[in-house]
Amino acid sequence: MKMKGADILINCLLEQGVDTIFGYPGGAVLDIYDALYRNGKINHILTAHEQGAAHAADGYARATGKVGVCFATSGPGATNLVTGIATAFMDSIPLVAVTGNVGLSMLGRDSFQEVDITGITMPITKHNYIVKDVKDLAETIRRAFYIANSGRKGPVLIDILKNVQVAECDYEPAKPYPLKEFDINMSAVEATAEVINSAKRPLIIAGGGVISAGASEYLKEFAKKLNAPVAYTLMGKGAIADGDPLCIGMVGMHGTFTATKAVISSDVIIALGSRFSDRVALNRDLFANGKKVIHIDIDNAEFDKNVKTTLHVLASIDAYLKAVLPLLEQKDGAWMDEVLTFEQGGRLKVDTSIMAYKILKAACRIAPEGNPVVADVGQHQMWAAQYFAALRPRQFLTSGGLGTMGYSMGAAIGACFGTGKLATVVVGDGCFNMNMNELSTAVTQGVPMVILLMNNSVLGMVRQWQKIFYGRRFSQTTLDKKTDYVAFAESFGAKGLRIEREDEIESVLETAYSYAAEKCAPVLVDCRISCDENVLPMIKPGATYDTQIEKMEEN
Amino acid sequence: MDEIKKYTIGALVSNKSGVLTRISGLFARRGYNIESLTVCATEDPEISRMTVILKGDEYVLYQMIKQMDKLEDVKKIGCANELDCVYRELMLVKVKADAEARNQIVQIKEIYKAKVVDLSIDTMILELTGDPEKLDAFMAVIEPYGILEMQRTGVTVLARGQHTLKDRDCYSDHIN
Repeated sequence: MKMKGADILINCLLEQGVDTIFGYPGGAVLDIYDALYRNGKINHILTAHEQGAAHAADGYARATGKVGVCFATSGPGATNLVTGIATAFMDSIPLVAVTGNVGLSMLGRDSFQEVDITGITMPITKHNYIVKDVKDLAETIRRAFYIANSGRKGPVLIDILKNVQVAECDYEPAKPYPLKEFDINMSAVEATAEVINSAKRPLIIAGGGVISAGASEYLKEFAKKLNAPVAYTLMGKGAIADGDPLCIGMVGMHGTFTATKAVISSDVIIALGSRFSDRVALNRDLFANGKKVIHIDIDNAEFDKNVKTTLHVLASIDAYLKAVLPLLEQKDGAWMDEVLTFEQGGRLKVDTSIMAYKILKAACRIAPEGNPVVADVGQHQMWAAQYFAALRPRQFLTSGGLGTMGYSMGAAIGACFGTGKLATVVVGDGCFNMNMNELSTAVTQGVPMVILLMNNSVLGMVRQWQKIFYGRRFSQTTLDKKTDYVAFAESFGAKGLRIEREDEIESVLETAYSYAAEKCAPVLVDCRISCDENVLPMIKPGATYDTQIEKMEEN
Repeated sequence: MDEIKKYTIGALVSNKSGVLTRISGLFARRGYNIESLTVCATEDPEISRMTVILKGDEYVLYQMIKQMDKLEDVKKIGCANELDCVYRELMLVKVKADAEARNQIVQIKEIYKAKVVDLSIDTMILELTGDPEKLDAFMAVIEPYGILEMQRTGVTVLARGQHTLKDRDCYSDHIN
């Protein structure tokens, strides 16, 4: 069947099961948007800014496990996607970004809105394509989805020239390429089983790889068999339910006291789908400190990159756990009993005295159970990770690797469209000022969400570092904006509420969640918190685990 | 850090525009220290062959191979140091050669089995093929006569015997 390139694109997206696209039209994608309009089968969400579209596609992908798709025009449209693509790349999120570009006869002549987006996105995509001939289009799109979804997942960009969008070509429908089955090295698995069986104090670190492999059930079985504590990384939050008897919370710079102590006391660390980033390993040379490290990952380049491993197995986490489970002996609970004593003696698991704790704990109780929680980047992100219980994988979404301020609003819109559920957004006032434009999208599209604006009038995390490392010289971290966020929300057509005192928390949050659910609309809650609340405990960058700070001396 | 050595890495890559940028971009952003890079067409029109000389320790070597292996356009990759290989490089060097120097230079080139490929009243272009060390040695001897300009192709390498790069499995299978 002969059809135009733009129609081939839409049909290929339908082949891949795409039901929702986030994007923003423009001159170089007019034909694509026309094809979208004529086809009418795909729901397109018009965001306020292309960055919001990229984050929305990312949030959609994280919340559903499917590939997120975003559209943007050439030039500035394409460059506005860049931060969103890099965010997805650092967290291994499957994304297909489609951009238009000028026609072949105009290419390379600095034409209007021309930019070399494949050149720009080369280091932040798994792969990218510029399609210059309509004959290559269908195959390119199918390959792009395959690449985004296979192995260690990630973003792929397809730049489609204007002439390709209008040129006609034969189109034959095809099924998505099946993902390749990984061969697992059984002797490597057996070697790990031997070490695990002889371990006295094994610690499991669950990373984002557990979630992307859908391996949570196996993880639970694995932990039960070892009777071992499971700490999760920021990306692994939700891999095991908070509140599970074997779950000891987050590990790393702002990890729980128990997780930190467990890292120190363990004799074997089993890292599942985690890459020992500097926020987890902190001091990569001293992290293992004589312990055995078993590393399971789907990306071969991660082994020995940061922390030297004793054994490693190249496999998706579900495949590894399935293979290793029958080889493991049931362990007794002595080690886990010891771990549970770590918190005693007046030592803080996390700081429970601060307003942020009280608000997030209440929100966690009032929000519908298991619904998406999207945290932006900074102090509130760490508080959300520490206090807001995630009960299932794909519930807690945040920009971990890139640490993208301004991530949350777009991502929450994507998560809502992916799951059809009300989302909680935890965002600081600094971050919110970077992406507040997407509140208009949420209103227009009727997205049910409760935005907990943790408003402390400062860039809290940077300020906290200035307190610790820069002698309290608060250079450019005092925002002191005069914005009335309640009035702001109302002016956008959203509901605005405010929490100023502790006794208002319960009732305001009750109102917020019931309003958002009933009206299917966004509610912004301006939560006034002190600029001197800190994220604790903390291990300083590059420091060792035995130097965890529980209290700030400065306060 | 382990001992710094020179490693020769061979890769079969897609013969498409942009592939060189992708690979050199990877080297730049990950901070790999590349001494030379040779790219050429192969018997298969869809595939180019790339030879990279890396200066680094084993950590950098394995990281570079594994990161390159992840690129969509890299089809096969391997380190030549593990195998018995033939290394060859070609050099053209234009040297000052007046009537007095000419005979001496001709003597030197006889010993190194270089060829005179151009001769003018006071210059000479010499062509020499061999392993990189031989080229270095020749350069050292010819340098005192005055080098006007020179060019080397970069190293090409093939393993002796049955080994071929295209018959290798994915490199990741080898090191696991």
